[in-house]
Amino acid sequence: MSASIAGSLRFVQQRSILVLVALLVALAALIEVIRPGAVNANWVSNILEFAAPLGILAAGQTLVVITGGIDLSVANVATAAAYIMASQAPYGPTRAIVLGLLVGLAVGFVNGLGVALFKVQPLIMTLAMGLVVTGSLNVYGQFARGVPSVPAVVHELGSGTVLGYVPVSLFLWSAIAAALVLGLRGTGFGRLLYALGDNLEATRLAGVHAWQVLLTTYMLCGLFSAVAGIVLAGTVNAADLGLATVLLLPSVAAVVIGGTSIFGGSGSYSGTIVGALILTVLNSVLTLLDVPDPVKQVLYGAIIILLAAAYTRVLGRD
Amino acid sequence: MATATMDRAKARTGFNAARAVRRYGWTFAVYLLFVVLMVVTVIIKPDYGTFEWNTLTLAALPLAFAAAAQTMVVLSGGIDLSVGPLMALANVLALRAMVGHDLRYSLGVAALVLLVVTIAGAVNGLIIVVTRVPDIVVTLATSFIWAGLALLVLAKPTPGIPFDFQDLAQGSAVSPWIPNALLLLLVVPLVWMPLRRSRAGLSIYAVGSDRNAAFRSGVNLAWSRILAYSACGFFAACGGLALSMTTGIGSPLAGTLYTLSGVSAIVLGGVSLAGGRGGMLGPVGAAYILSLIPAVLIYLGIDPNYGQMIQGLLIVIVVMIGGLGAVLRRA
Repeated sequence: MSASIAGSLRFVQQRSILVLVALLVALAALIEVIRPGAVNANWVSNILEFAAPLGILAAGQTLVVITGGIDLSVANVATAAAYIMASQAPYGPTRAIVLGLLVGLAVGFVNGLGVALFKVQPLIMTLAMGLVVTGSLNVYGQFARGVPSVPAVVHELGSGTVLGYVPVSLFLWSAIAAALVLGLRGTGFGRLLYALGDNLEATRLAGVHAWQVLLTTYMLCGLFSAVAGIVLAGTVNAADLGLATVLLLPSVAAVVIGGTSIFGGSGSYSGTIVGALILTVLNSVLTLLDVPDPVKQVLYGAIIILLAAAYTRVLGRD
Repeated sequence: MATATMDRAKARTGFNAARAVRRYGWTFAVYLLFVVLMVVTVIIKPDYGTFEWNTLTLAALPLAFAAAAQTMVVLSGGIDLSVGPLMALANVLALRAMVGHDLRYSLGVAALVLLVVTIAGAVNGLIIVVTRVPDIVVTLATSFIWAGLALLVLAKPTPGIPFDFQDLAQGSAVSPWIPNALLLLLVVPLVWMPLRRSRAGLSIYAVGSDRNAAFRSGVNLAWSRILAYSACGFFAACGGLALSMTTGIGSPLAGTLYTLSGVSAIVLGGVSLAGGRGGMLGPVGAAYILSLIPAVLIYLGIDPNYGQMIQGLLIVIVVMIGGLGAVLRRA
């Protein structure tokens, strides 16, 4: 009897993503109980639309966390990319989007340089770069002429739907997800991320140019953050100086809840996807509960701790 | 065992120059940088007087406490991203309870606020120890909780801190060059020096520098970490009360910025984010540097919006130089 319990526990531990999916379904069921009929195709479409920017933002975060780092500048980069994209919109959407993405690559490059070559701790490097990005953006915001506007093509990307229900951003997110899930599992670069996160010194001694891998990872993270910011600007159809600030905690939480170890070396993007969906549905539950914003904030924080604790304790991961 | 090592270190007399440089070099450089910046400031603004100095000490007071709070946790090998919201919580609690009362009552309130927010800090530590979820995740999540509670206590910025209470920081009882805001900083050494010399303080360093070694030396890891987070809560409460005194208002969002600038101050102040290395002098000095920069920008006629950018760049450069030094030493 106990053997079968231990066996089933191991089964759950090895397939922790099933637990996460079950939690997701349970949350959806909770919404259905609170307000019967609320869970329908429209609701699913909405959830996916709002989960997409978070999921893309958490994609970069997942890569960095797997290497044993963390990027606390993702929200600042997303905001900056979206704002610069919007303020450059009068010069044509192509230039606007390219400039927005360049912001992400540039910040990611500096982050990577600091972490990979100067051996600065990722936390402080990205925190300080976040400060630089936001400070520069405030200065830029004062000098930029004209009202920032979101190009039609970005608006379509962020909030358009195909066949009535399938959000356009889902296609972009799916493409990124496929690339990441397959890339992390099947490519040399993907395996190197795990190796670096597990044991940097051993990986270096094995002949890997660790700094090149880290630099690329942080640049990818910056790029994904910029993409997320642009998609988010399309979703809300506006870009201000605080657009993505609220997404910093969820981007880290989605990664942690998704089962990626914050110490690096293990995890997957498929977990992060479910994590991002859970957080978005959770937000939807809290909105349905019709409680004041501060209470929502308190509950959100508490539930994230509970989820992370459940993960660490029950599934024996950290 | 740990205390035995300390006794031996004390018993060894004679001045070890290399060790002194290693231990105090960075702190010395911080204060040197501050002095240089002050000289530059006086050159830019020849009529720099007591008013400007007083303004600087007022601006630096909450930041210095935020830095002290973060130092406690980082020394124990953790990080607390909820320092700002904790300060906001103390700030709004103080306003709520103090409005329309006299100094004696306000002091009682202040003591109570210190207690409550210290407990909030201890809760941070308790959650981390019990759930074993990494510090950064827990404190990022509790930062939402404390900020939410602060908003529940007070929905929007409200004036009304008693003037007598504000004067505790804004006046200058001794001399115009030694404003009260500078004297209030004495709270930091008053708490820190006995703690540092005690067994508990030493165990905080031990836990931060090598958790395994500390455990095997018989240090109670859980209590040491909870103690560090409680002390962090205490200093954050001081910071929140300092905000009440210097601004005269309660604001649920006032503390938000101090999480980031507190971390900046400790990094600039030479506290290792890896834990176990650093002291209180450096971060407090760095808090003054970081508060002086916006003032200098204003004297220079530069848009203070550049302040955040320059602060960030300063930190990036400092940590890169620090990192480069470490890389070169290893090579």
